[in-house]
Amino acid sequence: MSPLIKIKGVRHAYETASGPLPVLDGLEVTVNEGGFCAVVGPSGCGKSTLTRLIAGLMHPDEGEVWLHGELVKAPRSTVGMAFQNPVLLEWRTILQNVMLPLEIVPDGLKGAAAKDRARYLLSLVGLDGFEDKRPSELSGGMRQRASLCRALVHQPEVLILDEPFGALDAFTREDLWQTMHEVKEREPFTAVLITHDLREAIFLGDQVVVLSGRPARTQYVMEIPQIAKPTLDDLYTAEAAERLTILRHQIEIAQGRATPEEAS
Amino acid sequence: MNPTLRKVVVPTLAIVVFLLLWEALVWVMGWPNYKMASPSDLIPAFQQYWDLFLVMGWQTLWRTVLGLLLAIVVGTLLGMIMGFSRTMRDALYPLLVGFNAIPKATVVPIVALMFVGAHDFNTVLIAFMISFFPIAVSVSIGLSTLEPEYRDILRALGASQTMIFRKIALPKTLPEFFGALKVSVTLAFIGTNLMEIVSPHGRGLGALFDSGKTNSDYPLMFAVLIALALLGIVLYYVVVALEKIFAGWAERQPH
Repeated sequence: MSPLIKIKGVRHAYETASGPLPVLDGLEVTVNEGGFCAVVGPSGCGKSTLTRLIAGLMHPDEGEVWLHGELVKAPRSTVGMAFQNPVLLEWRTILQNVMLPLEIVPDGLKGAAAKDRARYLLSLVGLDGFEDKRPSELSGGMRQRASLCRALVHQPEVLILDEPFGALDAFTREDLWQTMHEVKEREPFTAVLITHDLREAIFLGDQVVVLSGRPARTQYVMEIPQIAKPTLDDLYTAEAAERLTILRHQIEIAQGRATPEEAS
Repeated sequence: MNPTLRKVVVPTLAIVVFLLLWEALVWVMGWPNYKMASPSDLIPAFQQYWDLFLVMGWQTLWRTVLGLLLAIVVGTLLGMIMGFSRTMRDALYPLLVGFNAIPKATVVPIVALMFVGAHDFNTVLIAFMISFFPIAVSVSIGLSTLEPEYRDILRALGASQTMIFRKIALPKTLPEFFGALKVSVTLAFIGTNLMEIVSPHGRGLGALFDSGKTNSDYPLMFAVLIALALLGIVLYYVVVALEKIFAGWAERQPH
């Protein structure tokens, strides 16, 4: 497996009225092709900045972001994004919403092929029969499913998920975790997931990156061996509990509430 | 009663009840028609002057619509400029607020003097001046409050600014735009009538009203008020119909 995303020594600061505010300082992330990298860290540590860097929506002050062996300099159509807010367009039907990226990317599917592709993805996430509904007629979880389809419709190399399940209730969220695994089996993608939920991170990720408090650097990386067809029961094993304990401790260090010495 | 029937019958009944109450009030108080004309006095007025009502009504209508169309074009452009550029918003907003704060009744005589004799031009100008502000403000707010995620979704795919405007900003602003248009259409109508009443030898329903006043034909004055109300209702519902067509999605269906 080759690295698809490579983030090397990235530093970035925002200009504010009271001088520069450093948000990223020494960020190192590598994600292999087909990998699923979950990024956790304290609130406001610069996680969303990371997604904007990978998407090419902004440039770091220092350091490099590589995607598929190319330096990211500008937005590229090989990226799909989903946010905590599903941002579906209210004036479009669900099907038309999912087809939106195909209208923009160069040589995207057109006409019937585009519709078939969108319908196929909607059925994959369990939204058959909702193609002609408006977003306002769907529940929060269903909207997030549709938003996921939109992020995948143009077969992006990288799927960027910025807390997509953060605003959902616990049961809906767990349903969507399962859906993610099912979708990944049929529609392979490389993903970077920003999350606050450690269980989500170890259930979906094959790699969990813990960022330090602001300015964020890569503080800890945990590799998680993948098992075939994971279920929610896999979150209640001794191994899972051990991983969660380690990660929680790392978060406490990142928040400045514990010191590394206490770890062992 | 089925819903479509109710939509026609209920408002019609309400109007009939209103007219009956009006008639009864004038009758009970024993008011002469120069104090307050009753609906039954208006019918002869309409019968006597129906051709004038048609000609004058048409003049009022086209000037109002033309003024409103100008307001839409200029208001949308100003709104876009202020919506996309913070600097321009900071620069233009106080000017616009100040301009809007001036009661247009005071501008009417100035415009009438400035372009003396150009009735059509004057009237359209006032209709435009009084009605563009809500449109400019709503478009600029609609554009400047676009959530950044909407932009990011398209920008991340390499969409250009015009593409983002066409696919997202424009349709997303339509409900606000139509909300403002409903206010503007009424304002433009007021503007037209202000000018028609004030300017000498004017045209339109305002001038007809003025001639009723000069000739002490009180039922005619009241009849003009009713004609104005009817025209106002028609204009308003034309905007509502357009809104249904272009921004019907914003109306939540009851579940």
